Amino acid sequence: MAEYKNVLVFGETADGKLATITAELLGCGRRLADELKENLICILIGEKVADIANSAIASGADKVYVVEDPLLKEYQTDAYLMVMEKAVKEIMPRILLLGQTSIGRDLAPRLAFRLATGLSMDCVELSIDPTTKLLQQIRPVYGGNARAIFTTESFPQMATVRQKAMTPLEPDPSRKGEVVPLKVEIDPAKIRAKVLQTVKEEVVGIKLEDAQTVVAGGRGIGGPEGFKQLEELAKLLKGAVGASRPPCDNKWVPDTIQIGLTGKIVTPELYIAVGISGASQHIAGCSGAKNIVAINKDPEANIFKEARFGVVGDWKQVLPAFTEKVKELLAG
Amino acid sequence: MPNMVVCCKQVIDPEAPPASFKIDPATNKVVPPPGVPPVISPFDEQAVEAALRIKDKHGGKITVISLGNNLLRDVVKKPLSMGADELILLEDPAFEDSDSWSTAYALAMAIKKIGQYDLIFCGRQAADWDAGQVGCGIAEILGIPCVTIAKSVEFMDGKAKVERVIPDGYQVIEVALPAVITVSNELGEARYATLKGIMAAAKKQPIVWKPADIGVSPSEVGTAGRRTKLVKLFQPVKEGKCEFVEADSPAEAGAKLALRLREAKLI
Ligand SMILES: Cc1cc2nc3c(=O)[nH]c(=O)nc-3n(C[C@H](O)[C@H](O)[C@H](O)COP(=O)(O)OP(=O)(O)OC[C@H]3O[C@@H](n4cnc5c(N)ncnc54)[C@H](O)[C@@H]3O)c2cc1C
Repeated sequence: MAEYKNVLVFGETADGKLATITAELLGCGRRLADELKENLICILIGEKVADIANSAIASGADKVYVVEDPLLKEYQTDAYLMVMEKAVKEIMPRILLLGQTSIGRDLAPRLAFRLATGLSMDCVELSIDPTTKLLQQIRPVYGGNARAIFTTESFPQMATVRQKAMTPLEPDPSRKGEVVPLKVEIDPAKIRAKVLQTVKEEVVGIKLEDAQTVVAGGRGIGGPEGFKQLEELAKLLKGAVGASRPPCDNKWVPDTIQIGLTGKIVTPELYIAVGISGASQHIAGCSGAKNIVAINKDPEANIFKEARFGVVGDWKQVLPAFTEKVKELLAG
Repeated sequence: MPNMVVCCKQVIDPEAPPASFKIDPATNKVVPPPGVPPVISPFDEQAVEAALRIKDKHGGKITVISLGNNLLRDVVKKPLSMGADELILLEDPAFEDSDSWSTAYALAMAIKKIGQYDLIFCGRQAADWDAGQVGCGIAEILGIPCVTIAKSVEFMDGKAKVERVIPDGYQVIEVALPAVITVSNELGEARYATLKGIMAAAKKQPIVWKPADIGVSPSEVGTAGRRTKLVKLFQPVKEGKCEFVEADSPAEAGAKLALRLREAKLI
């Protein structure tokens, strides 16, 4: 029987380029492959993705498989599953990494069950055990209250990786690698879940995921009006507004700005949390921020355990004065 | 009229104060916080809600399945008091310490035994292990499609129209039935149990199935059926050094905070 070897990364694209998460996976995959003295392989799937293969090589891949088909233009579970099942059986990777993204969350478990192998979702650290050579999969569990180390003894060893948890390599266009087209027959009759329509909300201003400053509000804001004040501050600081889950659930703000375990992951320089208690599921989305500032009326609030700076008080009184002073400082 | 199955997991209350969270390093297990009763994992409650909304409109039957050992009747009966019709418990020591693999396998085998199903609902992930694999796993084992992270589900003859949450909006997906749907919080709050519902639930006896009842051997479920090995469970250490900005009034503290952030070159 052939041996399971090499590290395979499931690549994603964004706006016709290699997605940030894929560069992160390649950075991590490179390290694992080097440790195993094996190769790093990337697979790119879509309607036209061959042009991106070079970016994957520049970001660390030794070999890139390209699967192109008009039916693969948009992610659809059944079609991508057919491709990945065939690819894994052909490539036989020791390790298979996907991003903890909208696609990864849907595709990885399905694929793991089809391949009859184990899978750890949302890993934040991966390493090779020096004695067993097994992949150690470290992931937050219990909403972020705890961490667990898992191993799997079936192959491929599969993991999805949290966004922004790994560091990409500096892209090196002089790196050499091989690009291999892979043909997979896709039977349209086997696509049982069809995407009829994709509705995207227009983002005005800076994207939350990219913002260097995030002003986030929680249940303590009390309603949609309060978020106007957060918006004013965010604009002043050239940042974006985010929220914990309750303001989204209550429709004070769109669902798309939820930060946390089941929302967006942000890693800004400055994260200002207003009226947020700091539940572990929320912290999961902002713990990568360089500096957390918290305004909360409860001195015992968990957010202060995460914060570098804090003010205990009613935001309705603290925030206007803070915003005024910021305005003054930025003008002067 | 659709036959619906909802998978509901009993978990330690995920909203219990973080300070009450403890791990027993000897067993690699979480110590349930004293005085905080377990709950149905919140996304699973919303999965029940998704099924109830379809029942409100089209009728049909909702069967709830919970898997574990020593399940608290008051907790696992909650979906009945919300309006579900039947409760099946996969309850046996052999089901303990399941991972995503062994959970999905046992649930899929139980659903096979139920036999008639159009829609199977799960939460998008359980609030304890946060894996988000079981719904997809059930679908794969049963050989049916799955739509994950749904915020709305509309039942039509032989198919369903599902809105799936994506980072900047949503997708409308049409799926052939039977299918598994995993539900996210964007669906909206689960309804409260009514008094009538609570009384009806009190009278209903759950059906208990053992591994043999669903045609599986104890070696295929629980710990024995795992595909992932838990090497260690631990609490990350936090330094937690917050500098509190204090002043005579909240407004002054706000202004002082701005100055402090300027000093730290953060604005
Ligand atoms: C499986 C699972 C996944 C989850 N995923 C997420 C997620 O992705 N993101 C997320 O955010 N949550 C998530 N949650 C929910 C999470 O557990 C918390 O319930 C939520 O984060 C709490 O939001 P909050 O801090 O805004 O509200 P609360 O916990 O209610 O806190 C409100 C805070 O505001 C303060 N406050 C009130 N009034 C004022 C005032 N006038 N001035 C100053 N302070 C004030 C209070 O002191 C309090 O600390 C998830 C939960 C589960 C179970």
